[in-house]
Amino acid sequence: MSVQLSDLPKGAQAVVHTVEDAHPDDLIARRLRDLGFVVGETVRVVARAPLGGDPLLVQVGYTRFALRRNEAARVLVRQEATA
Amino acid sequence: MTASSLRIALVGNPNCGKTALFNLLTGSRQKVANYAGVTVERKEGRLLTPSGRSFQLLDLPGAYSFDAASPDEAITRDICSGAYPGEAAPDLIVCVVDATNLRLHLRFVLEVLRMGRPVVLALNMMDAARRRGIDIDVAELQRRLGVPVIETVAIHRGGAKALVEHIETMDPSEAMPGSIVDDERDLHQQVRDLIAAAVRMPPMASRIDDAIDRWVLHPVFGLAILGVLMFFIFQAVFSWAEPLMNGIDAGVSALGAWVGGLLPAHSALHSLVQDGIFGGLGTVLVFLPQILILFLFILALEESGYLPRAAFLLDRLMFKAGLTGRAFIPLLSSFACAIPGIMATRSISDPRDRLTTILVAPLMTCSARLPVYTLLIAAFIPKHSVWGVFNLQGLVLFALYFAGILSALVVAYVMKHLRRDKSEHALLMELPAYRVPHVRDVAFGLWQRVKIFLRRVGGIILTLTVLLWFLSSFPAPPPGATGPAIDYSLAGRLGHALHHVFAPIGFNWQICIALIPGLAAREVAVSALGTVYAMSGTDDAVASHLGVLIAHQWSLATALSLLAWYVFAPQCMSTLAVIRRETNSWRNVAVAAGYLFGLAYLASLITYQIARLFA
Repeated sequence: MSVQLSDLPKGAQAVVHTVEDAHPDDLIARRLRDLGFVVGETVRVVARAPLGGDPLLVQVGYTRFALRRNEAARVLVRQEATA
Repeated sequence: MTASSLRIALVGNPNCGKTALFNLLTGSRQKVANYAGVTVERKEGRLLTPSGRSFQLLDLPGAYSFDAASPDEAITRDICSGAYPGEAAPDLIVCVVDATNLRLHLRFVLEVLRMGRPVVLALNMMDAARRRGIDIDVAELQRRLGVPVIETVAIHRGGAKALVEHIETMDPSEAMPGSIVDDERDLHQQVRDLIAAAVRMPPMASRIDDAIDRWVLHPVFGLAILGVLMFFIFQAVFSWAEPLMNGIDAGVSALGAWVGGLLPAHSALHSLVQDGIFGGLGTVLVFLPQILILFLFILALEESGYLPRAAFLLDRLMFKAGLTGRAFIPLLSSFACAIPGIMATRSISDPRDRLTTILVAPLMTCSARLPVYTLLIAAFIPKHSVWGVFNLQGLVLFALYFAGILSALVVAYVMKHLRRDKSEHALLMELPAYRVPHVRDVAFGLWQRVKIFLRRVGGIILTLTVLLWFLSSFPAPPPGATGPAIDYSLAGRLGHALHHVFAPIGFNWQICIALIPGLAAREVAVSALGTVYAMSGTDDAVASHLGVLIAHQWSLATALSLLAWYVFAPQCMSTLAVIRRETNSWRNVAVAAGYLFGLAYLASLITYQIARLFA
């Protein structure tokens, strides 16, 4: 069952399933894929900003990106079995 | 550009340490300009090798991908491929990667290799990679990529020795990427294969960064740390700059008086040199200490990796108003002075977000408004205490600051709804690993900002100041004239003519005249009012006498109206000059000046008419 990356709580880890285009020719989705949000990659929500948790800080590989909620919503992830 | 020297381009992801490597390779032999028509920095330098050979080095803007998402990336792509008009394709591309971040950076390397041009890969930050236990099989990486791979440590003096030796002895044709160019598989899959074959990484153990970020990005402590940091910077900007500014002011006027002394007294030439040129020079140079100190902090924060974190914390707030988190530091800087504030918008990569920030930056209450505010508040606002704790004068000053911030947010919000391009612009911002700022890189950055300010902005300001001097000095008063000299000048006539326009907002003709030389800089209006009311002496003496005088002559409504005027009016040529310089467009200058004067008139009109009702 995949969920949007934007819905994960702080500290959660998940595996990227796909990045969806929000509209045709979606440059933001394409950029997300360029930055390493590709199937099978592990991502982790490191922090969420004050006042509503938007934007969120996501670690992919050794890199951390700040994504606004709408940007992160394009990334569909599968959460690993919780311990 | 000599035909004999090889042209080398440095490319790489943002935060790969490319610029530090550029600084190390070229030292002070660098030139910063803009690419034609866009405000993307073109950094060129010269690499002199120990054996005396010379290479031309180009530091291309950082890029994540050639599928360009910003003007910077498009320029990097076009120059690498040789498609950029007026720039020959580089003979050699040095692709810089952060060895601790290969997962991301190798993907871009593969994009560069696919162009099929000669490439050398610089594995930068190898010291940090070793410390972190990342083990890279350089020979294997080199074999698989088909191009030379060389380790560098850009922050060490000898950290690029191997790279220089290699560049010196190599023939670019040896650096042609091999069969990897023909590999048509997905780039990410190729990167995974490369890493699996050549890199051994420790498990993604949390590092010091995690610990720092836990505090710095904490919803409560993070904001508190940001607040304390900003408070400290502001203290520094105002208290450290003050003696320097006074020193520059005194130094320039002493020099002007000395040079003026060599010329016949009371002649037009004497006045031009002393009041026009040296006076103009003074108004330019006096900003320098604040710019230096502010940029020292901004560059250090940028180098350390903190700046994007501040943007992260405040993005929500700024985004709601139609701005971006990255606009925070430029806008904050504008409280000292809009000039460094607007120059700092270079850290905003999105052109639309950057322009919005530039256009609202002049609404932040800069330090040059303070002399005007203090004069009027001291003269017209009684020192009542309010509810026992507040002082009415202080409250008015606070209200003026607040009006500036509020109007900036409203203007940005309105612009967001007016513009035709309503597409979603991404934040998508990398928060780099923390680093200790390196003295050499901060010093180079500072020096470049100072050069830009003095050369580009200074030229425009100086020209316009001399023009204003001319308007305020000619024609000279007829013999036997009794009024102040400025009254007879072109500026005086203009002021009288403007009086018709400004009468509805309560300005008398003296204010109108003072506003003309006051276009040079806001605080000039105080001394110009002194001139109109025929007073002489130091600025402080003029201000204290002037306060008493206008308190008798002006109505409270007029004073409040002038205060409202100064919240908005772009009475600062330097700001307009820097907008021109940073946006490369007179149209943007006209838009900024137009809307700011419009708002100023409207605010003054409302203030004056309401104040008269209650008077």
